[in-house]
Amino acid sequence: MGRYVLRRLLQLIPVFLGTTFLIYALVWAIPQDPFAGKCGQRPCDPAYIAEMSEKLNLNDPLLLQYFKYLGNLVVGDFGTTFNGVSVGEQISTSWPITLKMGIIALIIEAVIGIIAGVLTGLRKSGFLDNLVLVSTLFLISLPVFVTGFVLRLYLGPQGFDLMDTSVSSDPTFGELILPGFVLGSLSMAYVARLTRSSIVENRRADYVRTAIAKGQPQSRVVGIHLLRNSLIPVITFLGTDLGSLLGGAIVTEGVFNINGIGGLIFRGIQEKEGVMVTGIVTLLVLVYLLMSLLVDLLYAVLDPRIRYE
Amino acid sequence: MTQPLLEVEDLHVEFRTRDGVAKVLNGVSYHVSAGETLAVLGESGSGKSVTAQTIMGILDMPPAFITNGSIKFRGEDLLTKSADERRAVRGEGIAMIFQDALSALNPVFTVGFQIEEQLKVRRGMSKADARKRAVELLDQVKIPNAKGRVSDYPHQFSGGMRQRAMIAMSLALDPELLIADEPTTALDVTVQAQIMDLLAEIQKERDMGMILITHDLGVVADVADRISVMYAGRIVEHADVYELFRAPGHPYTESLLESLPRLDLKGQELKTIKGLPPSLTNIPSGCPFHPRCPRAFDRCPTEVPAVHNLGMGRTSRCHIAEEVVARG
Repeated sequence: MGRYVLRRLLQLIPVFLGTTFLIYALVWAIPQDPFAGKCGQRPCDPAYIAEMSEKLNLNDPLLLQYFKYLGNLVVGDFGTTFNGVSVGEQISTSWPITLKMGIIALIIEAVIGIIAGVLTGLRKSGFLDNLVLVSTLFLISLPVFVTGFVLRLYLGPQGFDLMDTSVSSDPTFGELILPGFVLGSLSMAYVARLTRSSIVENRRADYVRTAIAKGQPQSRVVGIHLLRNSLIPVITFLGTDLGSLLGGAIVTEGVFNINGIGGLIFRGIQEKEGVMVTGIVTLLVLVYLLMSLLVDLLYAVLDPRIRYE
Repeated sequence: MTQPLLEVEDLHVEFRTRDGVAKVLNGVSYHVSAGETLAVLGESGSGKSVTAQTIMGILDMPPAFITNGSIKFRGEDLLTKSADERRAVRGEGIAMIFQDALSALNPVFTVGFQIEEQLKVRRGMSKADARKRAVELLDQVKIPNAKGRVSDYPHQFSGGMRQRAMIAMSLALDPELLIADEPTTALDVTVQAQIMDLLAEIQKERDMGMILITHDLGVVADVADRISVMYAGRIVEHADVYELFRAPGHPYTESLLESLPRLDLKGQELKTIKGLPPSLTNIPSGCPFHPRCPRAFDRCPTEVPAVHNLGMGRTSRCHIAEEVVARG
């Protein structure tokens, strides 16, 4: 197990360098003047250009620029925007909000998705099965902004007034439940279907029959023997999904007016704030990589056949 | 005579599928006493495993339906019991081992866990006691270094060792009857013999009843006391093992014995049974074996043969059973 962990950790280094370099290159190697439109209608003052170019290392070759950027990142310096705003500070205020929402979404999709998948997988066909199949199909085919908009409208004060759908600038967990649900809804549908098919596939497995033949109670046959095997693909999906949730939060944040990472990156792209975009995307890549590392480790814990390879 | 441990009486099971009703068991009766080994012999699809699964209560219902019959264990009909009562019998009264131990053991739990689970959940044993007992059981089935191997996973065992672990697991609750469903089919020939010896030894030691399901006549001759031969969901012949090999009482058994390779007939073409086993959705009329039977005559396609009693507990479902035995 120790060697497996070490190998996976070492693999992380080239993947991290490769992806972040790609991002850096895509943002900074664009064949366009990075100062275009930065100083209103007039072209920028040569002194300003010289100063910023020096600050952003724009006169260095790309590879050197990248390593200088990386060096600053290591000591926690995300750099500043063209207006001199600290990117690190901006990220540190919006990051917790998006992370909170992402985790809420992950919990909702895991709990509801797995329960729905297990219940329908155990008794194929019937009302519940059809209900879940149709509703998941519905969620999968609806774009997230529609789901979010409709829920916000109908549950909020303009609709049936069931809850306060507005989100403050420093949102609490309670305020983020509805946006989290919207964010996780698509994945929830996938989790339900994945769990269902995994359960259906394993339900007739020989080891399940053995557990029944041993006279183990039904709760253990399903809860221990069947579930442990069936959840392996589901956990894999859930783990890698947190990264996608954070990256995909941009739409949900827009619908609910949340000041998260999504809004920040959207403005960064619009205003061509390369430092902002690189910083946030690098962070997202890091989350993605760490989550897939976690999934691989979990996978080895869940399935001993992988551990001993 | 003491009451048999298990009595299966006129068991009928059918599978209702979209393609029609498959009559899988058509009146199966057999019995086993403590300390006795009954071999159930037959081709694939003859219903031998379905009978065992019906006894265990692990048949998928639906599509399976038990339409008639009784299964008496210690004199009580299992089929009239509640689901909880039946569950209590599994493992404790009747235990079962399966053909392919690799798929029959749960791949994500250690062998020890799967044995201890029985002791902890069913007997309320403490974790430490259960572990100790699991090691003892693995030791009993002659797994070397049982103490070290108890925390290994099934895929770390060899085929033979896996089947031994499976046997150890089935013995955890000291069952009175063990059903072994083709326990050696997936194994090498040398390992097969070891497993059969082990089963025979354990059975003797514990005075257990055993039902050995197989299609291998060689395996049968070694360990069985009595044999039930199944064909198309019926017991076609039932005999003492010695009697059966001496003079089969049904043309099907006769053909099976003739299809065994023999050293004294080396160089000659091996005899086979012509044709295929019948489809269970469309069982031939009369005696189901008649399309393949070398001794078939005009009565066979029209009349279902009655059970002919050949003496000494020996029976055969053939119109000319007496003649077949005499010629053997």
